[in-house]
Amino acid sequence: MSSLEGYRGEIRELLELAGVDIGDEIELIVNGERYRGILISRYELAEPGYIVIKLSNGYNIGIRVKGRVEVKKLSGVGKPIFKPPARPRHITGLPKVVVIGTGGTIASRIDYRTGGVRPVLTADDLLSIIPELSTIADLDATILFSVFSEDMTPTDWSSIAIKVDEYIKKGVEGVVIAHGTDTMGYSAAALSFALQKPPIPLVFVGAQRSSDRPSSDSAINLMAAVKVAGHAPFAEVCVAMHYWHSDDVIAIHRGTRVRKQHTSSRDAFKSINCEPIAFYRDGEIQINRGDLNPRGSGEYIFNPKFSDKAMLLKFYPGMSPDIIEAIWSRGYRGFIIEGTGLGHVARKLIPILEKIIKDGVFVGMTSQCYYGRINMRVYSTGRDLLKIGVTPLDDMLPETAYVKLSWALAQSTDVDEVRRMMLTNMAGEIGERSRPSEAKTI
Amino acid sequence: MMVDYKEVGLRVGLEVHRQLDTKCKLFCSCPTESKDFGREIVFTRWLREAQSELGEVDPAALFEAKKRRKIVYHTDDKSTCLVEMDEEPPHDLNPEAIEVALTAAILMNSNPVDEIHVMRKIVIDGSNTTGFQRTCIIAIGGWIETLGKKIPIQTICLEEDAARIIEQKKGEIHYDLRRLGVPLIEISTAPVIESPREAYEVAKYIGRLLRATGKVKRGLGTVRQDLNVSIKDGALIEIKGVQELDLIPRVIELEVVRQLHLLKIKDELMKRGVSEEEIRSQPIVDLTEIFADTNSKIVKKKIVEGGRVLALKLPKFGGLLGLEAAPKIRLGAEFAGRARAWAEVEGIFHTDELPGYGITSQEVSEIFKKMNSSSIDAVVLVVDEEDRAREALERIRERAIEALYGVPSETRAARPDGTTIYMRPRPGAARMYPETDIPPYPVKPDYLERLKKNLPPTLDEVAERLVEKYGLSKQVINELIDMERAELFEKIIQETNVQSTVVASILTEHVKSLKRDGVRVEELRDEHFLEFFKLVSEGRVAKEAAPDILRWVSENPNRNVSEAIEALGIRTVSLDELEDKVNRLIELNKEVVQKNPGKAISIIMGELMKEYRGKIDGAKLHSIVSSKVYGQTN
Ligand SMILES: [Zn+2]
Repeated sequence: MSSLEGYRGEIRELLELAGVDIGDEIELIVNGERYRGILISRYELAEPGYIVIKLSNGYNIGIRVKGRVEVKKLSGVGKPIFKPPARPRHITGLPKVVVIGTGGTIASRIDYRTGGVRPVLTADDLLSIIPELSTIADLDATILFSVFSEDMTPTDWSSIAIKVDEYIKKGVEGVVIAHGTDTMGYSAAALSFALQKPPIPLVFVGAQRSSDRPSSDSAINLMAAVKVAGHAPFAEVCVAMHYWHSDDVIAIHRGTRVRKQHTSSRDAFKSINCEPIAFYRDGEIQINRGDLNPRGSGEYIFNPKFSDKAMLLKFYPGMSPDIIEAIWSRGYRGFIIEGTGLGHVARKLIPILEKIIKDGVFVGMTSQCYYGRINMRVYSTGRDLLKIGVTPLDDMLPETAYVKLSWALAQSTDVDEVRRMMLTNMAGEIGERSRPSEAKTI
Repeated sequence: MMVDYKEVGLRVGLEVHRQLDTKCKLFCSCPTESKDFGREIVFTRWLREAQSELGEVDPAALFEAKKRRKIVYHTDDKSTCLVEMDEEPPHDLNPEAIEVALTAAILMNSNPVDEIHVMRKIVIDGSNTTGFQRTCIIAIGGWIETLGKKIPIQTICLEEDAARIIEQKKGEIHYDLRRLGVPLIEISTAPVIESPREAYEVAKYIGRLLRATGKVKRGLGTVRQDLNVSIKDGALIEIKGVQELDLIPRVIELEVVRQLHLLKIKDELMKRGVSEEEIRSQPIVDLTEIFADTNSKIVKKKIVEGGRVLALKLPKFGGLLGLEAAPKIRLGAEFAGRARAWAEVEGIFHTDELPGYGITSQEVSEIFKKMNSSSIDAVVLVVDEEDRAREALERIRERAIEALYGVPSETRAARPDGTTIYMRPRPGAARMYPETDIPPYPVKPDYLERLKKNLPPTLDEVAERLVEKYGLSKQVINELIDMERAELFEKIIQETNVQSTVVASILTEHVKSLKRDGVRVEELRDEHFLEFFKLVSEGRVAKEAAPDILRWVSENPNRNVSEAIEALGIRTVSLDELEDKVNRLIELNKEVVQKNPGKAISIIMGELMKEYRGKIDGAKLHSIVSSKVYGQTN
C-alpha cells in the first residue's frame, strides 16, 4: 500500500517502519534537529540519503539522513476531495466535436499538497478547466489510451484510425486528437493515409509546455483545434500548434507536411516545403491555400492497416553495407533512405541496394536536407541509384515517406503496386512547386 | 501626528530582496546585465492557472484570473534566451548564486538546508513568463544583531527576479523581460521590529551584510524591501516594493496613520449605527440622465464613449470618505484603489468631494434626490462602461462593509512618496509545487566548511582598510559605504589621478546636496562618475562643474558626461590655449609681475577665473599661472 515513490534502501525501510506515506505530516529528528512537514516523493535521479519534506511555508527541503534519526507520523493524508466546478451552460446549435486522448496531458490539475499532477480525463473536467471550449463546440471527450508519444507504434496508428472512423460514422462534425508532440507528425501522416479525403476535419493537437503550468500552450492550441474541427470548411488531417513564440496565432499544418523542428519551443512544428493550410487568430480561421478537401466530399476511403516491415534509414558518411544487409535479413520489405543532398548514398552501398531490390524490397529515396526536392539525375551516383531501381520520392518528408510505406506495405505485397502507391500523391504529401525561402534581414 | 509605536503595538517584519551580481542568470547563461541590446523581440502571451486538485479558490489568484489580460513581453536576443521566454526548460541552478546566498546565510547565522529544492510559486500577473516564480530555501533560522537587539531571521531564499512592468492599459500589460531570471536573494526577518526607525536600521544592516559578499548589485532597482506591518486591532498589511532605504520609516509611519484612521472610522460608523445589511441592500442606480448636459469633462467624455454613470448609496457614511488623516489617506482613496484594481475604471467620485471636477451643486442635489439620501449619507459614482462600473461599485460596497470591521488585510504597493495603494487581496497559503525540471542540489558539509573559512571581510573591516589606505576620515568612508559608492571610489582612485578627498566629497557631499534639491541622483551610474573624473584628471573639465554636470546627467540618464558638457556649453579648454592666454596676461601685467609676483598671480587668476570658472580646475590653473609668473621673475 505504501508507495514511497523515489525512496530506496535504508531510508525506505525507515519510513516504512514508521508507517508513513507520501503526503503524511511527519516529524523528523536528525541528530537532535527537529523538522516538521509533509513527506514528499523523491526525485528519481537524485542521490539517495535524503528525505524531502514540505514545510508549512510551502517550500520543500531535503534533509540528510545520517546519525540518529527518528521519524514520527503526525497525521495521515486526507484524500484530496475534488469538487469540480459546474459545467458551463450548454449552448445549443454548436457542432459536435470529440476530443480523443492518446497520451500527453492536454489538461491537468495540481495537488499543491504533494506536488502531484493529475491528468484530466472527462469532457466535463476539460470544460471546467477551459470553459471557452463550450462556446466553440458541443464537446465530448474520450481517452483511447495513454502512451508516451515516443512509444507509439504503427499498431497504435491503426487503433487511432479505427476510433476516429467510429466517430465519423457516429456523425460528429470534427475530431480532435490530443497527442504527445514528439511523434505527432508521424501519427498525423499515418491518419492522412488511413483516412483519405475524410468527410470532417481530423485535427491533431499537443502542447510543448505541460498543462500544469499557467503558461501552457495547451489551452489555446486546443481552442484552435476544436474550432477547426467544428467549423473549418476543409476536411483535412492536420496539426494545430503555435505559429511563433506568441500565443496569438496558431498554425494549421497539413498532416503529411509537418515536422517537429525544435526540441522545446512552442513553435516547434513547421510546414516543410509548403505553407500552413490555415491559421487560427482571434477565434477565427483564416484559410491559407486553395487545394483543400472540402467537408463531406463523399470520397472518403478508410484503410487503417499498417505494416511493421518498413524501415527508415539515415545515411551517414562511412555507413557500412552490413547494416542494410543485417536489416534486410530480418525480413524488412521496404526501406526509406534519408540520403544526402539531392538523394545520394555512398557508392559502396550500391551493390547491396541492388541485391535487396532484386529480392523484391522497395527502396525509396528522400533527402536529409529538410527543405527542397530530390533529383537523382544530376549526378552520376544518383543516376546509378536510379538504374538499380531506387525510387525517388520527390519532396516527400522522410518521416512521411516512412509512414506511407508502412501503410502501402499493408495494402499490397506486390512491390510494383507499392511503388505505384508511393509515387501517387494521396494526401498532399507530394508538392509540385518549391517555394522560395523567406527574406532575411541582417 | 505623534504616534507612540509601543502603545499602538506596531510589529514589522522585513523581506529584503537584492539582486546578485553574478555573471549569469539563475537558470540560464544569459548575462545579469547586458551592455548592449540585440534584435528586438516582442511577443504576447496569456496565462491561466492550472486548477488545484482541491478545487479551492485562492483570493489573490482569483483576483488575477478575473483580470485576465493579454501580456506583451519586450526583449532582445542578447539579453534573454528561450529560457526566459518559457520556450526551453531551465538549466541547472547557478552555483555562483548559491555560493553568494550560502555566504550571506553564514553571515546571518542561518542554517543552510542539506539539499536545495527549487519550487514553482504561482504568480499569474505576467511578471513571470511561466506563470510561476522559481524559488528555493537556502537556509532556515538565524539572527542578526543591530542596535543591541537580536532580530531573528526566518528564511533565506534564492529566487529569480521577475520581468519589469513597462505599461498597463485596459486589458493589456507590457513587461520588459530582460530582468527576468536575475538571481535575487530574499531575507525574511521575524515580525519583531517595533518602530519605523528600527525597521530602517535593520534593513540597512542587512544591506551591509549582503554587500560584504561582494556579489550584490548596486543602484536603482537592485533592492526591493517588502514590509509586513501590523498594529493592535489593525491588520497585517503586506507592502510591496519599497525601493529606497530612506523611504522605509515614512511608509511605516503612514501605514500606522492609515490603520489608525480606519479604526477611527470604524468607531464612528458603529456610533452612527451602520449595519452590514443596510449596505448590502442598497441598489446600484443609473444616474446617467442627470449628467445629460454636464460641464464635467471626464463625465462627458465617458458618456460620449458609451459609458454610464452608476451610483451606490452608502448610508450614514456622509463626511467619512473625504476625511483626511494625512495626504492621500482617506476612506475615499481606499474605495478608489479597490475599484481601480478590480475593475480598471477611471472616473470615480463621491459626494464628500462634490461639487467638484466640473460637477455642479445642482447636479449634486439631483444625485441626493435620486438616491433618496441626504448629506448624512455618501453616494459613490462611477462613470465607465456599464459592466465595469457595476463591478467597481460592487467592489466599493464590499470595501465599505469591511470598513465596519476596521482594517482589511491586503497587499499594498508602495509609492515613491511613501503612501501605499491597494494591489490585491492577500494570498492564501502559497501555491507552490516542485520544479521538476531542476534536480535537487545537495549542500555538502565540506563545501560549507570551506565557505566558512573563506568568509569575505565585513564592511567594518573594509572601512578600516580604506581609512588606512586613503587617509580619509572614518566618517567619510562610512558615508561612501552607506551610499554604496565605496567600490566606485576605489575604482576612480585607481583609474584617475584626482585627489581622494575631492573624489570622496563629490561622491558624498555633492550628491547628497543635489538629492536635497530634488535631483534624481539614483539615476547616476558608475560610468557617469568614472567618465567625469577621467575628464577632470585630464584637465578637460573642472571639478567645480560637478554639480551642473551631475544634475544634467541625472535628468538625462541615457547620455554621458561628454554630452552633458556639450549641452551645458561648458567649453573645455586645451592646455595650449590656456598657456597662450596666461602668457598674454603676463605680458600685459609685466610690471607687477616683476615687482610683486604674488599680487600679479592674483590679478591674473582673477582675469582667468572670469573666463574659465567651472571649465578648468582652479588649483590646476593656479599652479600653471604661478609657475609661469615665477618663471618670468627668475
Ligand atoms: Zn537566458
